[in-house]
Amino acid sequence: MLRENQRRFKFDWITIILFLLLVGFGYVNILSASHDGEVTSYFNMSELYGKQLVFIGLTFVIILLILSLEAKFYERFSSIIYLVAILSLVGLFIFGKDVNGARSWYGIGSMTIQPSEFAKFATALAVAKYISDIQTNMKTLKDQIRVAAIIFIPALLILLQNDAGSTIVYLAFFFVFYREGLQQIYLIVVISLILLAVLSLKFGILATTVVALIALTVRYFFRKKKRASKLQYILVLFIAVGFAYGVKLFYEHGLQTHQQNRISLWLRLEKDPVKLEQMRKAEAYNLIQSEEAISSGGLTGKGFFEGTRTTGKFVPEQETDYIFSTVGEEWGFLGSSAVVLLFVFLIIRILYLAEAQKSQFSRVYGYGVASILFVHFTINIGMVMGLIPTVGIPLPFFSYGGSGLWGFTILLFIFIKLDSNKINEW
Amino acid sequence: MRKLLLLTTVILVGLVFIARLFYLQVYGGYDYNIFEDTAIKPEYTYPKRGYVYDRNGKLLVANQPSYDVMVIPREVEPLDSLELVEFCNLLKITKEDYDKKLERAKNYSPRLPSPFVPQLSKSDYAVLQEKMRKYTGFYIQKRSLRSYQTTIGANVLGDIGEVNRSIIEKQPYYKLGDLIGKQGVEKTYEETLRGIKGIKFIQKDRFNKNIGPYKEGKFDTLPKPGKDITITIDSQLQAYGELLMTNKRGGIVAIEPSSGEILAMVSGPSYNPNLLVGRDRSKNFNKLYRDSIAKPLFDRGLQAMYPPGSPFKTLNALIALQEGVVSTEDRFSCNMGYRYGNRKMGCHAHKSPVNMNIGIYESCNAYFANVYRRIMDKYDSPAEGMDNWSKHIKSFGLGDYLNNDLSVGQPGKVPTAATYDRGYGKNKWYTTFTISNAIGQGEVLATPIQLANMAAAIGNRGYYYTPHIIKNIEGDTIPLKFTTPKYTTIDKKHFEPVVQGMHDVYNKGTAKNLKVNGIDICGKTGTAENFAIIDSIKTQLTDHSIFVAFAPKDNPKIAIAVFIENGYFGSRFAGRMASLMIEYYLRGEITRKDMESFVLRYSLEHEYRKPYSGEPFGINRQTTLEAISEEEYENLLNLKAEIPKS
Ligand SMILES: [Zn+2]
Repeated sequence: MLRENQRRFKFDWITIILFLLLVGFGYVNILSASHDGEVTSYFNMSELYGKQLVFIGLTFVIILLILSLEAKFYERFSSIIYLVAILSLVGLFIFGKDVNGARSWYGIGSMTIQPSEFAKFATALAVAKYISDIQTNMKTLKDQIRVAAIIFIPALLILLQNDAGSTIVYLAFFFVFYREGLQQIYLIVVISLILLAVLSLKFGILATTVVALIALTVRYFFRKKKRASKLQYILVLFIAVGFAYGVKLFYEHGLQTHQQNRISLWLRLEKDPVKLEQMRKAEAYNLIQSEEAISSGGLTGKGFFEGTRTTGKFVPEQETDYIFSTVGEEWGFLGSSAVVLLFVFLIIRILYLAEAQKSQFSRVYGYGVASILFVHFTINIGMVMGLIPTVGIPLPFFSYGGSGLWGFTILLFIFIKLDSNKINEW
Repeated sequence: MRKLLLLTTVILVGLVFIARLFYLQVYGGYDYNIFEDTAIKPEYTYPKRGYVYDRNGKLLVANQPSYDVMVIPREVEPLDSLELVEFCNLLKITKEDYDKKLERAKNYSPRLPSPFVPQLSKSDYAVLQEKMRKYTGFYIQKRSLRSYQTTIGANVLGDIGEVNRSIIEKQPYYKLGDLIGKQGVEKTYEETLRGIKGIKFIQKDRFNKNIGPYKEGKFDTLPKPGKDITITIDSQLQAYGELLMTNKRGGIVAIEPSSGEILAMVSGPSYNPNLLVGRDRSKNFNKLYRDSIAKPLFDRGLQAMYPPGSPFKTLNALIALQEGVVSTEDRFSCNMGYRYGNRKMGCHAHKSPVNMNIGIYESCNAYFANVYRRIMDKYDSPAEGMDNWSKHIKSFGLGDYLNNDLSVGQPGKVPTAATYDRGYGKNKWYTTFTISNAIGQGEVLATPIQLANMAAAIGNRGYYYTPHIIKNIEGDTIPLKFTTPKYTTIDKKHFEPVVQGMHDVYNKGTAKNLKVNGIDICGKTGTAENFAIIDSIKTQLTDHSIFVAFAPKDNPKIAIAVFIENGYFGSRFAGRMASLMIEYYLRGEITRKDMESFVLRYSLEHEYRKPYSGEPFGINRQTTLEAISEEEYENLLNLKAEIPKS
């Protein structure tokens, strides 16, 4: 009896409430963004809001299913789940259907399923499984390569299906690896590479070389241990300059025009006002519209169903990737800040719970969940507000779509299940 | 430490996002304004602008429809060269015009509508209307333009034109391309005449397609038509006044003393009000505006300030009686003028000594110098005397804006003790310093409308109504200030001798040749010396001719001031024109044909050309009159015959 009671309350209710708030508020905004004229029935299946309500209903079935399975199941079957996910991605090349140039959907009747949404939690499980193996040591290059391969395989498959946005999500695992012992130097290298790339695009190779030279010189004279020779520093400088040059070349010749333009707009590279205008018209239409919609919300927003731009459907994809523009317009600064805070709280809560796990598998998985949610949240809202170049990925729990909602729900609730089981882990 | 990387990154990103939201929505975000919302398009319905009728119910100003091509720059989609050529042809503009106009509209605001090609002709509109849908970002806005039913009264009626940006900033009711009263009654009665435009807010989608009324039309309003107004002008008298003013520069203001209603308000040279309608408005306006010599836009009846000269003497007579410093029979001698110290104020030859009656009709400077001194010397100090005198003068509506309903005006000038304190130092001046005020020279300045009002106040024996142009507003009353009499500081009983003096100006004085049989006119001639800067030398020109009158003597129906630039002595042009106007108004026809033919026949154009000819020239006595050709004269007579009777 006592054991039964303990079982009933052991799920982390803070996470569940945050989840429910996000899904609920997401639905409210999808309703606003997708309705045409009056809403006659909330279950109108020919409208997106009707479908989303069904998706949400099914979500609860999925949740019950996940929570009812043994926690050990996920660890034990992680490899098989991962394998199934990979196979489903491979299968797209044969059975998938093209939507907007991306071959990332299975069509079943009128339903579509996007396996990449499910590959995320599968990869997170596989990564957790591999790292938590007693023989794995993240400080060794061998294990680093192997674990990188785990994320590289789905990432590559998704990239080949022309879904660059979903590919970028796999970078989230860097946070996991770093937490689990990846050397400091990787972090430094990653940050340096990002800086080098931005510098070379924005200010050119010469300026980048000068900056790198100064940075390395300072580093050389203030180093604590004389481990590296002068020659090695010069080598690093050459690599840095080479990388910067490579980025520039890749930007100029390796990217498609629209990708080039997005980066150009983000870094304000184009100075010719006429070309800039053309570029904005061609590439930044969504962004301009969404920024204006958000701005027009002001402090308190125009109110539910009152957003004039939302009603006029000014922001393309406003039910999916650009749903945050509806939040901004109708709920204003207060509502959109609240959404940002909900995400921040949810991710911090997951991190807190992950650190409290006794099994390394649960901890690594929890970290994976937090990282994936974080990358989605950052890229999506950053993009909608013009802080990040346009990358098409959904806002977790908010954006319209069954696959996305279910993928994130499974991702999160497996962790909630694992967390609820920590009492039994010894 | 490894635990903290993601945690701090999450918190950092959260803060950056909230800062960005704050920047977009609170700091950089505007207060929501439905007019600036790209998703909502206001569609305006312009109401009928009120008509303008003259005092006899004759329609002066009506409306005609006009169609503007408007543009919302951000909605414009680039046209291919063939479409562009076609569009430009339809609009009758060049491709360069197209680019220039679009650029200008974009500079004003990419999201707000700007007029692209205003005021299409009816046939252009008919053709364009069919094809308009092809040109996204452009639409046709219907408005109503003025249609003048007359060629007279441009200065009275005024005109409407496009609002400028500074007006839009001050009065958000107006949007770019809207029309607003610019001059005349169009300006003063703008809000009455214009009505209130109706607005429909239309919800748009991102393809700029209408998807229905915004919030079921909750904020929509219906247009409220403008109200018709009746103005006090007698268009027949106005037309006659403008005819008399042909080839002259000056102003005529005629007032009905019993009401303060302005019967005629002529400014010469005038122009046809139809010049300021339609697409050529700004071109024509600029032409009028740039004429810095004839200054057709300068309303001489309202804006020209001059020393009033002799007509002003009547006020000094009234003040002297009111103050009890002279009786009507007190006599002063005049020997070709008045001596004070070693100076002399000249006068012409007439019998002497002079009582008040003779003083007025002979316009004796010596008489009024004596009277003026008595008014001043009644008080212990010149300053007290001056302020008291000044108070009386101002009670006749001189020295300040009349606070009426005309779009332009000037305050004129009446000196006070402070004026001379500033000039000479406190208590360092004497009555002899200011003696020119006795004869309307010196520091006094007045406009023709102020002089006409002064004549009305004398005719009314002591009060006046603020001269005004509005007679009736459809479904409304005119302001109370126009129907409340304003009393002068002079008691009624003192007016009779002065009125008699002014009547004797016609019987035996300076206007005895201007008499009209059967009409008892009271009047007073005047002249004003004037100067112009020619090649940076101050040069005296021929005197301005001034005349002030009212008629009939008892219960006057009309008070008038006429002022003719460089017309020389008062009775030569101004006096003749005043008598003709009075006869025309009271009798409807002219018996003094000789006077009329003099005024119509003689032009002052040569007089106006003289200073700019570069040749030496004579003034006043040395001037000669120049007649127009017989053909032109016939033409003027025909014009007179064509004046519509009311
Ligand atoms: Zn005299």
